[in-house]
Amino acid sequence: MTELIEVGGHRLGVAANAREDRWWVAPVSVLIGLTAFVIYVTWAALQGTHYFAAPYLSPLYSPVLVTLPTAAGSAPVGHAWFGLWPSWWPSFIPPSPAILILVFPGLFRFTCYYYRKAYYRAFTWTPPACAVAGIPRKNYKGETGLLVFQNLHRYALYPAVIYIIILYYDAFYAFVRDGQFGIGVGTVVLFINATLLAGYTFGCHAFRHLVGGGTDCFSCSKARHNAWQRASRLNRNHQFWAWASLFWVAFTDFYVRMVSMGVITDFNTWGG
Amino acid sequence: MPERSFRIWRGDANGGEFAEYTVDVDEGMVVLDGIHRVQARKANDLAVRWNCKAGKCGSCSMEINGKPRLACMTRLGDYPAEQTITCQPLKAFPVIKDLVTDVSWNYKQNKKIAPFKPRPRDDDGQYRMMQEDVDRVQEFRKCIECFLCQDTCHVLRDHARKSAFVGPRFMIRLASLEMHPLDTADRIPAVKNEYGSGMCNITRCCTEVCPEHINITDNGIIPLKERVVDRYYDPFMILWNKITGKNKNGKT
Repeated sequence: MTELIEVGGHRLGVAANAREDRWWVAPVSVLIGLTAFVIYVTWAALQGTHYFAAPYLSPLYSPVLVTLPTAAGSAPVGHAWFGLWPSWWPSFIPPSPAILILVFPGLFRFTCYYYRKAYYRAFTWTPPACAVAGIPRKNYKGETGLLVFQNLHRYALYPAVIYIIILYYDAFYAFVRDGQFGIGVGTVVLFINATLLAGYTFGCHAFRHLVGGGTDCFSCSKARHNAWQRASRLNRNHQFWAWASLFWVAFTDFYVRMVSMGVITDFNTWGG
Repeated sequence: MPERSFRIWRGDANGGEFAEYTVDVDEGMVVLDGIHRVQARKANDLAVRWNCKAGKCGSCSMEINGKPRLACMTRLGDYPAEQTITCQPLKAFPVIKDLVTDVSWNYKQNKKIAPFKPRPRDDDGQYRMMQEDVDRVQEFRKCIECFLCQDTCHVLRDHARKSAFVGPRFMIRLASLEMHPLDTADRIPAVKNEYGSGMCNITRCCTEVCPEHINITDNGIIPLKERVVDRYYDPFMILWNKITGKNKNGKT
């Protein structure tokens, strides 16, 4: 097959490039990482069981809006904001509390400025890597056409901040079992989860903009300038926070699930 | 004295091909030194644009082993000794001759941008700014206009959407004006509609290739996109700006 080359010696075609390094390692890693996460979280969210092992609640199910106490490893009614699972719920949709609440963090991650880079490179090849040609498209529109919905990131940020408060509540709640103060491995896992998610959320570009980036006069408000500087500090490592919190939220669910199923024993000060 | 092979694209707008040259090189040489040695000893008619040899003029932009880089800031020692150094002109701009491209499109974009429009001077005839207000825009002033970011931007490079997007270099210029504490012009509608902020999909290649290490994406383009969100997509911010009496430029 004849290779297409244009003026300047630049190759043409899908993934055409002249790079000598292993440029494909990063997009392939992202492809594997994100695909694994989506598969696990989708599976875990559809289970509706083994998401609670007192006093630990899986972050994929928090907050529990309604619960089905007959399901194995489910949250007790007192833990659900609105009580029992509605009887009118269509039978073809799994009665899982996770599917009622995951849309907001899901949207927040999907429209995140870091993840956009990651999945545009890994999945849609626009482009797969720098100076590597993507899939040829007629009339490329960037984020002005269908992808204009990426501007929903701001909307997703507002509930994401509320979720951080809820997840810290869950982490502090995990210090108490049957009215007794204590600590277990699960408490630490939940606390790390809330902290990693806080680092990700409060270093988000939209948050950074809202707390101070939108102003041209930092000297007008020291509080805003300080808040912007702190958010900027987190923002510099947004990629780290994005991956660490992504991994840990799945791991936290896995840990709670294993404890709830009795596969592993949670080491704690309560005993048993 | 060690030798190094160079594979340099030779030609003009009508076409051309790679030519191979092997020259002896000295320790510490950069790619531009190697090209100059080729030019001096093997190909006197080789065209290459250069000026300062210090990474400050932005003239010697080219693609070295497939990556947009400044030839004067790329050390030969960074590549394995046996590796051939491939030099090509920038892909996003028309070739004039050999490694020299016509980047005049960029200057036309610059002219489209509404210029600096400062507020009135203070009573004593002075302008005053606080350091914390100008820290942010000083980063953007480091730009040397090498146009490597323009070259690597896939909107311009692969999709040829020069009519829809001014490119990262000019998003940075827009950010430097828009965030300037003295400036009063409102460029946000133009950022969205004319300059094409929505065409950028944040893949950060511009930031990766910037020889001045300007955080083009995080500090320039995304903040501009967020200002567009304030104005056009976030009902809470639109309401807040109305309540607080902020004008169209987001300034009280």
